[in-house]
Amino acid sequence: MTKDIVITLVVVTALGFDFTNGFHDTGNAMATSIATGALGPRVAVAISGVLNLVGAFLSLAVAATIANGLVQTADVTVVVVFAGLVGGILWNLLTWFFGIPSSSSHALIGGVIGSTIAAAGGKAIKWHGLVSKVIIPAGLSPIIAIGVASIGTWLIFRISRKLSDGSRTHGFRIGQIGSASMVSLAHGTNDAQKTMGVITLALIANGSLPAGSKAPFWVILSCALAISIGTYTGGWRVIRTLGKGLVEIDPPQGMAAESSSAAIILLSTHFGYSLSTTHVATGSILGVGVGKKDADVRWNVAGRMAAAWLITLPCAAVVGAGCYALAHAIKGLPGVIVALVILIAIAAVVFIRARKNRVGHDNVNDEWTGTAAPEPEPAAA
Amino acid sequence: MNSWINLHALWQIVVIGLLAGAGLPALFAVGLRALDMPGSRVQTAGAGVDGTAPAESDQVYGGNPVGLVIGSVCFAIVLAAIGWGIYLIVASSS
Repeated sequence: MTKDIVITLVVVTALGFDFTNGFHDTGNAMATSIATGALGPRVAVAISGVLNLVGAFLSLAVAATIANGLVQTADVTVVVVFAGLVGGILWNLLTWFFGIPSSSSHALIGGVIGSTIAAAGGKAIKWHGLVSKVIIPAGLSPIIAIGVASIGTWLIFRISRKLSDGSRTHGFRIGQIGSASMVSLAHGTNDAQKTMGVITLALIANGSLPAGSKAPFWVILSCALAISIGTYTGGWRVIRTLGKGLVEIDPPQGMAAESSSAAIILLSTHFGYSLSTTHVATGSILGVGVGKKDADVRWNVAGRMAAAWLITLPCAAVVGAGCYALAHAIKGLPGVIVALVILIAIAAVVFIRARKNRVGHDNVNDEWTGTAAPEPEPAAA
Repeated sequence: MNSWINLHALWQIVVIGLLAGAGLPALFAVGLRALDMPGSRVQTAGAGVDGTAPAESDQVYGGNPVGLVIGSVCFAIVLAAIGWGIYLIVASSS
């Protein structure tokens, strides 16, 4: 009975993470389309939400990649998964509050690694897998994205420089909608899978599913819905940073950025190379700034993001470890409930504070004044 | 070195990424340029974003039939590439 309640709470927490993953990453697909006016903000998040839903059903190739090859699955208990999820959620909420597009995948991986270390020590982590599958790709993906997007931008501007303004704006806005839709779809195929993998892992650890099982249909459906509702909610703060904060974007640049992101994310999914959608999308947007001659890239904003990327894994790990220690100290169901209550309390505080200087669909495109993110402090659970 | 970096996947991502991520939008631009080729219709260059041009569809079409054909071919290739990409994802899941 207690076991059933615990696994239920863990599944709910995982869906909560999936939700934050959705709204944290809306900007990856739609920030540029919203910034250039190719799509109205609310239409954009609606399209992105639906395509995330579709994408989550399209492919099940990357499910369970989070745990496989990163930790010794024998050491993973239901509480470890739970604590890892709490770490991921808290880090996502904090970075969203400060408008920083950080990687949701890294937040989740960091959280799970932290809680695993707290539970079973450093030997339970496959460090080689962590470096080769997570850290090195994270360093490479923005560079690849900057390269592809800047070359694309340069080509587009060379080819289209004789076009009349009206023709160019109109034409590339259509292209932008198409390419941004592809990024949304790619995001669904990629990120929704990760939560499916985590829930499946928890179910296996709980003994509800035999080892090596695939995600059951209800898991796929609920994850697809959670990420799509999250995306529709729209992480306007992150959208604003990506669309307005980094570079002033016009439609040809927007299309170049989204094409580059879509191509790289889909290819990495296809070749089983785990890239963060956020790192790719941010790199692409920087790239279109680099590729256009007179564009100003706000490197200080980019630098702040890069700093956040570096600390995402360790910070989420600290939160995950702290959460595990807490839940483990109290033991059993009460421990999980106490940790969950603390998570909900912190989330409530963040949301209430966010309402004071709200960013929504009506002011997301206002002039950038540099008021985005001060350096986020690591949270303590 | 190879156990740290999956070079095999990496170079394919870079090369195909360049073709699809930079090449396709460039081809799209070629298509727009072809559509915009001057023809029977007088250009309304410098028209506002949606303002003064006579009709939405005329905005990007210069009225040159050759341009229309070239442009259509470009857009068809772009669409085909997107369809192929989606097919690959769906196929790789099974």
